[in-house]
Amino acid sequence: MSSTEHIQVRLNGKDRDITFGHTVQSLLEAIEINPLAVVVELNRKILDRDRYSDFDIREGDTIEVVHFVGGG
Amino acid sequence: MTTTDLGATAEVSQGLDNPLEIAGVTFTSRLIVGTGKYATNQIMVNAIRASGAEMVTVAVRRVDLDRTREEAILHHLNPEEFFLLANTAGCHTAEDAIRYARLARAAGFNEFVKLEVIGDDETLLPDVQATIEAAQTLADEGFKVMAYTNDDLITALRLEDVGCVAVMPLASPIGSGLGVVNPYFIREIKRRLEVPIIVDAGVGTASDACLTMEQGVDGVLMNTALAAAKDPVRMAHAMKAATISGRLAFLAGRMKSREIAVPSSPEVGMLD
Repeated sequence: MSSTEHIQVRLNGKDRDITFGHTVQSLLEAIEINPLAVVVELNRKILDRDRYSDFDIREGDTIEVVHFVGGG
Repeated sequence: MTTTDLGATAEVSQGLDNPLEIAGVTFTSRLIVGTGKYATNQIMVNAIRASGAEMVTVAVRRVDLDRTREEAILHHLNPEEFFLLANTAGCHTAEDAIRYARLARAAGFNEFVKLEVIGDDETLLPDVQATIEAAQTLADEGFKVMAYTNDDLITALRLEDVGCVAVMPLASPIGSGLGVVNPYFIREIKRRLEVPIIVDAGVGTASDACLTMEQGVDGVLMNTALAAAKDPVRMAHAMKAATISGRLAFLAGRMKSREIAVPSSPEVGMLD
């Protein structure tokens, strides 16, 4: 397949087409998120920040990217 | 632990009060504040500084990937300056609350969590059964759980039993500003538990904070009372003073009240 192959994932509650071949690390970089400022859950499993490059994004993955906001 | 020089320390340094200690972490301020609902981030930061609070609550939410709003709290609050207490606000089940607590801990600041499991959307009253269940799991996983709960003694005792490091009964419903609706049960909870008691939610104005601290509890947590005041920074100064006032009045021990007048000046030595 060509390098333009896309897969569908669910990212922060929305279906998104992304290019095939991303790791969590490269996906965060592609969407301009500072990996150190967020916590990532991949298919309900919280990922170790130091290992984002070890996780490949696959078709149908559910990814949650969270951070701290104001709250009481 | 970072201490502020905002005056809350004065009572401790003068020997008038002891620091608040929660699971081995000491705080010179007995006021804990939330970071939600402020009109601007700058007002929030100014109000929090004015309050003298060292511990501040934050919530865990999805990053807005469309960047329609700037919301990351740590762009505005320095985690070196404040002790971050992540909450599980918005969670309605033990499972969700546990998930949010784990996400918060993965952010890497500390193992504390303000556990909150809502049982009813109209009153935002806690689901105490789910709260106890989540508290047990989280405490077993090494979390320092500060549990938001009802003003119910038995629930408070159970939360202590399962390993909570602080129990946080409400003064009145979240965001209501109704003040302490049940001071007797707040006192009973304080009297019966060993862990710190922080009254959380319902404080509306300075007299509420003062009355809360006069019950003998260890601290008070508020958000809306500051954020929804016309002048949050001025209200923060008022809440700081009220929290200290109520605490010192409790420690000082109030006079007995009685329904008759007793003169303050001598009754002898009056002129004919």
